[in-house]
Amino acid sequence: MIEVENLTKSFGDVQVLKGITTSFEKGKTNLIIGQSGSGKTVFMKCLLGLMVPDNGTISYDGRMFSKLTVKEKRNLRQDMGMVFQGSALFDSMTVEENVMFPMDMFTHQSRSEMEDRVNIVLKRVNLIDANKKYPAEISGGMQKRVAIARAIVMNPKYLFCDEPNSGLDPKTAILIDNLIQEITKEFDIITVINSHDMNSVMEIGEKIIFLQHGIKEWEGTKNEIFKTNNEAVTNFVYSSELFKKVRQMYIEERD
Amino acid sequence: MKSLILKEIDELIYGSMGIVIFISVFIGGVVAIQTALNLTNPLIPKDLIGFATRQSVILEFAPTFTSIIMAGKVGSYITSSIGTMRVTEQIDALEVMGVNSLNYLVFPKIIAMLFYPFVIAISMYVGIFGGLIANSLGNYSTSTEFIQGIQLDFIPFHVTYSFIKSVVFAFIIATIPSFHGYYMEGGALDVGKASTTSFVWTSVVIIISNFVLTQLLLG
Repeated sequence: MIEVENLTKSFGDVQVLKGITTSFEKGKTNLIIGQSGSGKTVFMKCLLGLMVPDNGTISYDGRMFSKLTVKEKRNLRQDMGMVFQGSALFDSMTVEENVMFPMDMFTHQSRSEMEDRVNIVLKRVNLIDANKKYPAEISGGMQKRVAIARAIVMNPKYLFCDEPNSGLDPKTAILIDNLIQEITKEFDIITVINSHDMNSVMEIGEKIIFLQHGIKEWEGTKNEIFKTNNEAVTNFVYSSELFKKVRQMYIEERD
Repeated sequence: MKSLILKEIDELIYGSMGIVIFISVFIGGVVAIQTALNLTNPLIPKDLIGFATRQSVILEFAPTFTSIIMAGKVGSYITSSIGTMRVTEQIDALEVMGVNSLNYLVFPKIIAMLFYPFVIAISMYVGIFGGLIANSLGNYSTSTEFIQGIQLDFIPFHVTYSFIKSVVFAFIIATIPSFHGYYMEGGALDVGKASTTSFVWTSVVIIISNFVLTQLLLG
């Protein structure tokens, strides 16, 4: 379990995170949602240790991140997988080399063992015949799959995804969402996803945290988000015409 | 790490040989021509052309001028490649994986640049050879006189001085652009700005350290 206690972070006079307390459970896809500038990315970067919070604590299965030594932090990070918004694949490496990279850095496996593992993982994300291609030669959706493959190749305990389906068409976005959820269940890992895509919320939001102006405004499941009376959440969720109509239908059906 | 270092040697050292050789040949040639054209007094021996070319190329043109060119070529490459990795979150990806990104990205470049004195040695040789070619083509003196000039009053420490400078410049060329790339913020446009800034600072530091080293070693 990842436990976050009273997390605050400021940049100069601007307080971006204002005392966030929450937890993320094993085997669940946890979504952090909120408008742009609500503090989602800063929150995730604090979780990953890429930013140091001003106050508060983050514990990974009882290990308090701030109290770990540099070596312990590095070891903990080997249990983390991260899918970046822009995939963050290494341009100079092929798909195979990208996925192989963490193994190459941290294991003593032979080349053939690593290749076997890469093939298994690429097959798991439904990516075949792309091993020798460079990131620039494949589509955005395929790049996301490679990023997911790279994130899970070391069997991580914690998977973080920063807007994994941004820039993808709705069909591919759903495929990526479902893939992440399947992997979460299959490997029984803690998955934390940053998103402002309501389709993702409805597809895979087992636990949803809504951030607004750096405050945790609401927390619940995808079923609860439709019923909530929290004005900030409803304004965010029903900002599109499509979801307004869905809500209308839901209310009519209920009444 | 070994493969990374070899890759950087290929990119930074071997990949720069073409431009270094090209520039050195012509610089050596220009030095020879300018010296010859300024020797109007018939009492001054013609072997001075070879002597002046050797001294200019070994002491300044090969180590300093080449380093300024390398600050542009290699320095810009280092800043833009690391800077692009920063803006596309590739450095964050390394950190999240538990890789020491600074060590992974910068250390192989510093090691690769230790081979830089070899580039300077080739630049010296080719520069003097360029002078010889220009001298012969322009009929300023005979090849024998030019070669006698090259051998005249040769002080081996001048080559050592030049290599000491090149090691210092290599460190500057590897580290300053890496700093500008690694700690840059912003987007694609800022990568370009960082490359320009790193070139300016690398050149300034090379020029100042050239002055300090010359005073310390030859003064």
